[in-house]
Amino acid sequence: MSISQEDVEKVALLARLSIAQTDLPEVTERFGRVLQLVNELNTIDTEGVAPMSNPHDMVQRLRPDVVTGSDEREALMSCAPAQDQGYFLVPKVID
Amino acid sequence: MIDSALLNASVSELHQLLTTRQVSSAELTKGYLERIDLLNGKLNAVVTVCAEQAIEDASRADERLTRGEGNILTGIPLLHKDIFCTQGVTTTCGSRMLEHFVPAYDATVVARLKAAGVVMLGKCNMDEFAMGSSNETSFFGAVKNPWDTNCVPGGSSGGSAAALAAGMAPLVTGTDTGGSIRQPASLCGVTGLKPTYGRVSRLGIIAFASSLDQAGPMARSAADCAHMLTAISGLDTGDSTSADRAVPDFFSELTGDISGLRIGMPREYFNDDLDSEVRAQVMSALTELEKAGAQLVDIDLPHSHYAIATYYVLAPAEASANLARYDGVRFGYRCTDPADLEDLYFRSRSEGFGEEVQRRILVGTYALSAGFYDAYFNKAQQVRRVISDDFRSAFQSVDIIAGPSAPGVAFPFGAKQQDPVAMYMEDIYTLAVNLAGLPGLSTPAGLVNGMPVGLQLIGKPFDESTILNAAHRLQLDTDWHRARPAIEDHVA
Repeated sequence: MSISQEDVEKVALLARLSIAQTDLPEVTERFGRVLQLVNELNTIDTEGVAPMSNPHDMVQRLRPDVVTGSDEREALMSCAPAQDQGYFLVPKVID
Repeated sequence: MIDSALLNASVSELHQLLTTRQVSSAELTKGYLERIDLLNGKLNAVVTVCAEQAIEDASRADERLTRGEGNILTGIPLLHKDIFCTQGVTTTCGSRMLEHFVPAYDATVVARLKAAGVVMLGKCNMDEFAMGSSNETSFFGAVKNPWDTNCVPGGSSGGSAAALAAGMAPLVTGTDTGGSIRQPASLCGVTGLKPTYGRVSRLGIIAFASSLDQAGPMARSAADCAHMLTAISGLDTGDSTSADRAVPDFFSELTGDISGLRIGMPREYFNDDLDSEVRAQVMSALTELEKAGAQLVDIDLPHSHYAIATYYVLAPAEASANLARYDGVRFGYRCTDPADLEDLYFRSRSEGFGEEVQRRILVGTYALSAGFYDAYFNKAQQVRRVISDDFRSAFQSVDIIAGPSAPGVAFPFGAKQQDPVAMYMEDIYTLAVNLAGLPGLSTPAGLVNGMPVGLQLIGKPFDESTILNAAHRLQLDTDWHRARPAIEDHVA
């Protein structure tokens, strides 16, 4: 299956990435090469094989629902590009 | 300046010198900091140097050692790959997205080494978000291979491998999602181990592909790797995939006895993709192991060919989910003057991520999108089991599996940059090990045209000891791991 520039634009929208129109042909061409590589998967029969999401088929362990860390709000908030009084600042969403 | 005896000393020898107070951790630390200062302009292997903190930590280690306290790693300097969160120290992951990110906490690996009294010298350059096999995708510029500065060091732990090979630290950390410890270890002539999935906690390691990522040691010998592996392994309740398995003292398991060890040689790993001179070096390393009492057995891993296709669906799919968190709001890069919230998301991500990272996000998003999920993601997870079953069957008749770590030696900058698929082929011998969650290491196996070659050894789940012991045997019988690049000559 090959991929069109329109397909790439659609995927970019889903991924919240913007691709400049001038870059689109090259992005599409390289994307297509990767797809061609992974399309080899279609040549192997996997009827009845259970998908593997963890290499040891481990089930995720749950931990007791108790407070373990300390309050690091200030340290964590200091990583934000814009903040005010404990809130993350973003452009106006509602008029 | 640090003398060459110290520069080539093993962790055990350094420990001996430190505990008998023939050298202090402060002296050692200053010596390595000087070396970083001298060589980094040439190599670009280190992105952050923590000189002040390192000297302070070294003095604290010296106090412990003077009191007769501490352990094998106390006072020994180390560099971390810049993918490990370090409290109060910038952690970039090789990306503009995290150029100014200062974590509020330490990764478990960092915390455990800190508790052991290891002295962090700084952070190593890497491919952006660990996506690359040449270090050319780093936002901070490519790392150069100390064996030939016109060539790549491999990736993604290329800064770690280059720094180690150039003697900027006796120990470094790496992470390996598809070969990112073993391939640069091979290209830079050092020893690097990817542990079994779950052996080492992933908490605080900036996530790439969560079902494949694993952190491990890189050092000048298997014995030194064993010391670090013991310190960083073991259950961490903060990582729900961390394995609840007993951790041996890996160093004490290095008996050097490999008589009767059955080593499987997959026919698929010695095919035409492999450079013939590299093959000859790998074979001579295997012959050494045979002389030491091991038995070489031909085996088949019939679905090896599918590893690359499987990996390049699963790793990008997991990456696209993991990297969705970079939205320009809570941490990381934010574009200037966003028109609205959507514009903020789109431009922050497009300006913050480099080309290879964006490509993998796109591929992963595609593979997970409605209508393609079964054809790509589900299918790849099925093939992952088929590949994993190949190893399981092979391990019924052999104890470990051996092959090359990479298809060739280090290549010149730009040689594979235009074609993503050509670059992906660098990891054809390492990817399947991550898919199956197995431990694997690369140990030096001589030079081809003056550039290092690596022998890869793959073990059964949680049996790092056997592959480390085989590498240790090889390192007792050969001098390949002692070969050093003449990088100082270039500087002087």
